[in-house]
Amino acid sequence: MTLIVRFVLLWALLIGGATLAQAQERSSLLPNVPKATGEPHPEGNEYWRKNHPDLLRHDRNLTVRDGNREIGASLKSCFECHTTTDDQGTVLTSASPDHFCSACHQYVAVKIDCFVCHRSTPDGVDEYEAQAALLPPTSLNDADVEGIVAYLKQGDPVADPPAISKPAEVGQ
Amino acid sequence: MKMPKLNGAEISRRDFLRSGSAVATLTLAPGVTLMAFGGSDAAAGTADAGKRWGLLIDANKCDKDCSACVTACSTENGWKDNGRPETDAQWIRKITLKNTETGRETTMPMMCQHCEEPPCVDVCPTGASFKRVDGIVLVDKHTCIGCRYCMMACPFKARSFVHEPVINQKSDAPRGQGTVESCTLCVHRVDKGGTPACVEACADAGFEAIIFGDLKDPESEISKRLATYSSAALRPDLDLNPGVRYTNL
Ligand code: HEC
Ligand code: HEC
Repeated sequence: MTLIVRFVLLWALLIGGATLAQAQERSSLLPNVPKATGEPHPEGNEYWRKNHPDLLRHDRNLTVRDGNREIGASLKSCFECHTTTDDQGTVLTSASPDHFCSACHQYVAVKIDCFVCHRSTPDGVDEYEAQAALLPPTSLNDADVEGIVAYLKQGDPVADPPAISKPAEVGQ
Repeated sequence: MKMPKLNGAEISRRDFLRSGSAVATLTLAPGVTLMAFGGSDAAAGTADAGKRWGLLIDANKCDKDCSACVTACSTENGWKDNGRPETDAQWIRKITLKNTETGRETTMPMMCQHCEEPPCVDVCPTGASFKRVDGIVLVDKHTCIGCRYCMMACPFKARSFVHEPVINQKSDAPRGQGTVESCTLCVHRVDKGGTPACVEACADAGFEAIIFGDLKDPESEISKRLATYSSAALRPDLDLNPGVRYTNL
């Protein structure tokens, strides 16, 4: 009994919260999608929210395979209107949770690997520092190398053959 | 910035996504379908099957102390020397040939030879390695799994594997760890009617050792020169019919 009451209360709270969120323009309950510049999409935000993965995938094949560069959904073009900056005016890369492509994806737990190869800002922006924070170290330091060499040398099978326990004699 | 126009293929796909009715669907097997859209993809601005892009490299004009083509390629496409020659990417390199009897040395740039019968495409297990209808051989990094089979198949050692994480790429030349890459003949420039960066840099350096053009057009500069002077394909024994040709080796 009390359980059901509690459940109904929780449910009412959730519904109430959601309507409240819709009423407000920006709410912490919904992803905070950074504002874009330029003309909006003629198909509407709702269409793009839902279909951008298919549009991107479809058009990427047109470009890569057929050399068609007059496409409507080129990843490079997104950042002509969807470049995000922080309070100091620094251009954000996909490493930032406030980057246009990260804002929703973090909220819905989508992980894209586009930015392993593509840049997430317009050409000319130096992505180095912000992106580098995300990446594993690119070179080993001397201590690492020594560690690996020591690891590889331990139990050298030629100089120091491992003791093989003989299988128990069977039959014959 | 103006909103780019969605093209015909997208509009028909959009209709499909909305209604599913404007589409002819071919069923291959239960649950496996091939979708055919109303519109044709052969819109203006796609690779032209009536062309075959190629390069002609004149080894006599190639200066042994110049590497403008290599620098230009690296700047254009954003690959660089990290000081680790075993693993660094190399889309183009200068090589030196020496005649051991006479001592004559020739230098020339080497890059993907854009073969008509590319061994890298033959061996690729995922279809990532492919040849465009206009003869440009590319890696579709979206499908490349980094197996490096193509690198072993290539007789020219033209391909590189990206070993390290990459950042700050050029937006026209996306590249990243775990995929194979090679000379793209600056496809992003060619598609806009331009010439590859190496060709431009060589001309700017005053050598004009590399020329670019359509091998299928008998009136193009490259075809005329090939028709007039003797030239060679590298490894002619393999019958790959490369799009990159050399003279005065
Ligand atoms: C010409 C400028 C322009 C380009 C190019 C552009 N967009 Fe947009 N986009 C907009 C505008 C303006 C909006 C509306 C933003 C708003 O309402 O705050 C928008 C909205 C969106 C939305 C919905 C956001 C929301 O609030 O729900 C998505 C998703 C989106 N764009 C994805 C993309 C992708 C992916 C690309 C690249 C293929 C792209 N856009 C290219 C201008 C552009
Ligand atoms: C308005 C919120 C929103 C914005 C902004 C947004 N996305 Fe998404 N994206 C989503 C959602 C939600 C999904 C999951 C869709 C699904 O699974 O059907 C998704 C999925 C994707 C996928 C497919 C992932 C997969 O594993 O299949 C790609 C690719 C993608 N987004 C690219 C982008 C890029 C690039 C940008 C920035 C230009 C962007 N998105 C901006 C909401 C957004």
